[in-house]
Amino acid sequence: MFSEQLSKKFDKMVTNYPTKRSALVPMLLFAQDEVGYLSDEVITDLAKRVDLTELEVKNVISYYSMLHTKLMGKYHVQVCTNISCMLRGGEELLDHCKSKLGIGHKQTQPDGLFSLEEVECIGACSWAPAVQVNYDFHENLTPAKMDKVLDQYAKKAKQ
Amino acid sequence: MADLVSHPDETKVVSSRFGKGATNIDRYIELDGYKAVRKALEMTPDAIINEVKTSSLRGRGGAGFPTGMKWSFVPKESAKPKYVLVNGDESEPGTCKDRLILEHDPHAVIEGVIIAGLAVGAQKGYIYIRGEYRYLLTIMQKAIDDAYAKGFLGDNIFDTGKKFDCYWHTGAGAYEVGEESALMESLEGKRGIPRIRPPFPAVVGLWGGPTVINNVETLASVPHIMLMGGQKFADFGPPKNGGTRLFCLSGHVNKPGVYELPLGYPMEKLIYGVGGGISNGKKLKAVVPGGSSTYLLTADEAVKMNLDFDSFAKTGGFLGSGGVVVLDEDTCMVKFALRVMKFYQHESCGWCIPCREGTDWLKKTLTRFHSGGGVKKDIDNINYLAQNMLGRTFCPLGDAAAIPTISIVQKWRQEFEDHLEGKPCPYEHKGIPAPAFA
Repeated sequence: MFSEQLSKKFDKMVTNYPTKRSALVPMLLFAQDEVGYLSDEVITDLAKRVDLTELEVKNVISYYSMLHTKLMGKYHVQVCTNISCMLRGGEELLDHCKSKLGIGHKQTQPDGLFSLEEVECIGACSWAPAVQVNYDFHENLTPAKMDKVLDQYAKKAKQ
Repeated sequence: MADLVSHPDETKVVSSRFGKGATNIDRYIELDGYKAVRKALEMTPDAIINEVKTSSLRGRGGAGFPTGMKWSFVPKESAKPKYVLVNGDESEPGTCKDRLILEHDPHAVIEGVIIAGLAVGAQKGYIYIRGEYRYLLTIMQKAIDDAYAKGFLGDNIFDTGKKFDCYWHTGAGAYEVGEESALMESLEGKRGIPRIRPPFPAVVGLWGGPTVINNVETLASVPHIMLMGGQKFADFGPPKNGGTRLFCLSGHVNKPGVYELPLGYPMEKLIYGVGGGISNGKKLKAVVPGGSSTYLLTADEAVKMNLDFDSFAKTGGFLGSGGVVVLDEDTCMVKFALRVMKFYQHESCGWCIPCREGTDWLKKTLTRFHSGGGVKKDIDNINYLAQNMLGRTFCPLGDAAAIPTISIVQKWRQEFEDHLEGKPCPYEHKGIPAPAFA
């Protein structure tokens, strides 16, 4: 299911806590990073590792906004529109991304390259407006700068 | 990653190692790192707690609870293991300071955790970092590994025969987990649903053991307190509001950024001096003093305030998390209230009915208002609904949603009336400030 490296990491992680399930949230996130999303197979595998039922794992997944049970784009563009970003053009940036990428909130392009999500505060308030593409922060953006960021990712995908 | 700023009025204590390569353990040691914990190892737990009490350090997450007192609530004898839990689930809109601490000075946090552990008799510490801050996990992982390699963590720390283990942990996107009982639930691998208190975490916390939960900035302050002495730290601020604080300035200001200023610093100087004034030469309309869950201040109120816990408590407000958000004269307060409520509605876990239903109804009402479909009696209804959420939920998320709403509807009632009878929003914002950093 997982690479040997990640599997080893999981084996170590469950020993970091008095109960195995305590490692569940980080494990879900790391599994998602490797597989792309939390498929039924991933859920079954992780449930076994932490001695939970699949239902209990799904119950946890639905609480956390970064965990997805559907495949997102290769590059998941997360635009913050919370207060500090809104005041400096976060909403305009989101609209710009929508028209540039041709998709809406929580949608993925047909070729799976980009997906888009309007997110809550990502902790970049003093450097607003900010966007996260996967885990990378892009700050102090304007629509023109955003175009460059998106073009870079599109280029990277082709390499 | 994030841009650093500087201003002559700053008193750099917690931020003193920012930009100096202190993620490298040898560099950190050169910059007086791991001296404080050596000092603490020669002190009794009570002496450590007393030093922190003398410093009048108060929780930097937002609640402002005296740290020394919090530590003293942990019972000396416990059948179950005790824990130190670092709250790095920084998610309060307007707040971005813990990110800088973890990015530039991770060892200060580890050192603070060990000292807290010595003070309360815990042998394990967990550093919980929000899921969005993934790059900080790599930094923290390296810092912890390096500390183990030097013998600062492990079974025989600093050759004293004492044991202390430290682990990182990550969340996966949830504002509510920043609340201490939800944080523990999340660390235990569950949904972040708050627990009822009492019992308080200091008595029954992680896995049933006594647990000290502190914000990243709080614990990063502790090594400095041990080194300079509690009194010196206390003297930076007014009485009972010791030390300095990282203020995250954002919104319509010319020089946004994270600035470390002594507590009690005047808000007017923060906005017009340190922050370089309102962008595009506009006038100030409102200030969010400490993250989106604090009472908003009008321009007149804001310029009279001093940034310390007690000055705010005197006026019935909260200093909050250090996230100062500045709003210029063109900002629509109805739209602002709506955006804030949209956030809380999204983040409410649904456990307590007043919060689940209250945030949803308020979002619907405010949406209707902003699009011109509001009716006059709704203005009072918004206030009434929000007032009825206060203090009626397990965790403070319900209060956090109600507080800004109450202050906006009470202080800017006229703006709600300006939206009545199908009028389009009269405050459409013109001129978004250009990014502050190239």
